[in-house]
Amino acid sequence: MNSPDPGEIFRTEAQELLEQLEQALLDLETAPEDGELISSAFRALHTLKGSGAMFGFDAAARFAHGLENAFDLVRKGKVAASGALIGVALSAKDHLRLLIERPEEASSDESARILANLAKTIGAAGTAETAAATDEGADGATQGETSSATYRIQIRFPEDVMDNGTNPLLLIGELQDLGTCTVSPLTERVPPLDDIKPSACYVGWDVVLTTEKPRSAIEEVFIFVLDDMDLRVEKVEETSKRLGEILVERGDTPPDAVLTALSNQQRLGEILVKDGAASKERVASALAEQRHLTAAAAQAPQKAQPLQDSIKVPAERLDNLMDRVGELVIAQARLREIATASQDLALKVVAEEIERLASELRDNTMGIRMVPIGSLFGRFRRLVRDLSRELGKKVQLFTSGEETELDKTMIERLNDPMIHLIRNCIDHGLERPDVRTQAGKLQEGRVELSAVHSGAQVIISIKDDGKGLDRTRIRARAEEMGYLAPGAKVTDNELFQVIFQPGFSTSREVTNVSGRGVGMDVVKRTIEGLRGAIEINSTEGHGTEITLKLPLTLAIIDGLLVRVGLGRYVIPLSMVEECVELTPEQNLRAKNRNFLSIRGELVPFLRLRDMFNVTADAEPFPKVVIVSAGDLRVGLLVDQVIGDHQTVIKTLTKLHADVETFSGATILGDGSVALILDIDHLIDFGRAQEERLKAS
Amino acid sequence: MAKTVLTVDDSASMRQLVKLTLGGAGYTVVEATDGADGLDRARSAAVDLVVTDLNMPRMDGISLIKELRKLPSYKGVPILLLTTESDDDRKKEARAAGATGWITKPFNQDQLLGVVRKVLGS
Repeated sequence: MNSPDPGEIFRTEAQELLEQLEQALLDLETAPEDGELISSAFRALHTLKGSGAMFGFDAAARFAHGLENAFDLVRKGKVAASGALIGVALSAKDHLRLLIERPEEASSDESARILANLAKTIGAAGTAETAAATDEGADGATQGETSSATYRIQIRFPEDVMDNGTNPLLLIGELQDLGTCTVSPLTERVPPLDDIKPSACYVGWDVVLTTEKPRSAIEEVFIFVLDDMDLRVEKVEETSKRLGEILVERGDTPPDAVLTALSNQQRLGEILVKDGAASKERVASALAEQRHLTAAAAQAPQKAQPLQDSIKVPAERLDNLMDRVGELVIAQARLREIATASQDLALKVVAEEIERLASELRDNTMGIRMVPIGSLFGRFRRLVRDLSRELGKKVQLFTSGEETELDKTMIERLNDPMIHLIRNCIDHGLERPDVRTQAGKLQEGRVELSAVHSGAQVIISIKDDGKGLDRTRIRARAEEMGYLAPGAKVTDNELFQVIFQPGFSTSREVTNVSGRGVGMDVVKRTIEGLRGAIEINSTEGHGTEITLKLPLTLAIIDGLLVRVGLGRYVIPLSMVEECVELTPEQNLRAKNRNFLSIRGELVPFLRLRDMFNVTADAEPFPKVVIVSAGDLRVGLLVDQVIGDHQTVIKTLTKLHADVETFSGATILGDGSVALILDIDHLIDFGRAQEERLKAS
Repeated sequence: MAKTVLTVDDSASMRQLVKLTLGGAGYTVVEATDGADGLDRARSAAVDLVVTDLNMPRMDGISLIKELRKLPSYKGVPILLLTTESDDDRKKEARAAGATGWITKPFNQDQLLGVVRKVLGS
């Protein structure tokens, strides 16, 4: 990038301002009463302070602030521009120049000494102000409140609030970031549809917020609209006893008497709504606040004993349970087969009941094994901090989607690959602070970890805003190591995949952290071992994003059972988009091209009969199952679509591990084996076919 | 899609600072040297946010905001005003003219980014 160093822009500007200041000071010696000269000095200092703070010259800005305060007093006529003051100011100006041009040589003792000197010269009038400037840094930081409090926040915007470009939802979102939040929208002001002005905001919000931040942080959120809106913030107590509780505690009433009385009582909210004393919506909002407070109160003691209502079970027992559930699902499939063939209605009913229970049991058991990925992300905070110190880089870690759940085994096995990828990010991806400044980026590099559910997959991304992958160097190294033919045309993704080859490293020097070329191949193997996929996206100069796509679970999936010839196969249901019939005419037309027009879009399809060398008679009306991964779609031509099938995944033996078309096997109700198709692989295959056809 | 920010300021170093900060955070930054220039650029390009200085030759920040709000396509677009700390009256004037918010000078890069994310979402 060729953008100039922002520090340099400031230095050039500062030079002019310092000259202006010096000129004003020297002239003041002969004309101490000249108001224009005093203003000129003041303005120069004011701008130096302001711009200095903006361009990261904090020490210079603080020092200039002290000087500015002194000259403010002169400007207001409280202090005279004496020869002594001008002498101190001139030495201060020299020190300021040093602070800006060679900050590493300037000592903070010297700053303090000059400001003290200045304070002495202008006397008591200015002591308070200049002193305040010296210890400004220490102030402010100590004022944070540590204990949390709950606030009731009533938000009413004027109807035209959005005309000024304010987005109320962003503000509500900001409130939610402050702590635990219950938001109740009030829609009573919304007019009938005909009268609605689309650009008007009719909705009000009641928010109950439990936060550790001070009250001012809440008002800060609405700072731009504070004058136009109606905002009420009140602190509410987190616990309040009800009448019944107090009576029972005092021993005045037996507990069951209160319960009986309560059960006869109509709910207060209902009474009020009936009497027209409060609208239904307002009551709902108040009840939401009550629930929030109860939850907040329950949260407090929970912090001390977080494990009270959970039990720890060895993972092995869970694995065992999962195996049993798997066997049950297989046995249930057999039962279904028998029930379908039978005429016995009672048997059919039981079989259906068992099928439903087995499916629920399966989901519940898998649910037990699910853990939020936040526990994994949490471990990396320390790693990032340590690495950034070790490598002398400034790094900030952002995480999102911590609540995304993933199989426990999967989380354990993701630990090492993720550590490796984050290390690479910080070591190779992010630049040193000075290089970042030159490239026009914030000094502090970003590393973002995020997790999100997408169908039956979890997508984890590790993203940095560093320099990106160096295509030329990767290419050169790949050719040198013989992974690529010299000059061969490859896509970015293909090129980046070379990184995962064993022993591949472009790093010129090996650091403590990475660069030995060990690891990325292991990362890829681990991810593929989890039936996942890994993708790299990178823009030179802007950063790299590594995406891991993982199945939710390793054990049981919903599948679509299909028949090709005499064999049966399972397609993971989460990847199926639709099934269409291939008419004989279409079949004939697509004979050598294998393309199908689906609603105007050409989709390549694979003839599984040909791939599997099936000789049995073909169906006159074969079906095409359209599968997709991301935005890629491919059709699979099969003889028959049989139906959905709870698929207990059995891994293939080592002997078959290299067969890329299949990712596993499952046992069907009749005891026979069906192979599970590896859709990602088939999609790649279909795309390759498309490329070939386009090329020819 | 990267969001586009129009920075209107007669000071080149200020535009540079806005450009470096927001460009570094992934926004596309368009520059204009005063209110009149800003209005021209706003008319010819789709802008997601306008960051304008207050005092500028030819057309000042407040007049620019008033002109922009007259354009149908800028009705709901956030506009931020760069002001100095003591300009409380001007802030009110700016709100009345249709500004979404303001950034008080001096600010550092993080503060600028903070306010921009506040009005644009992140």
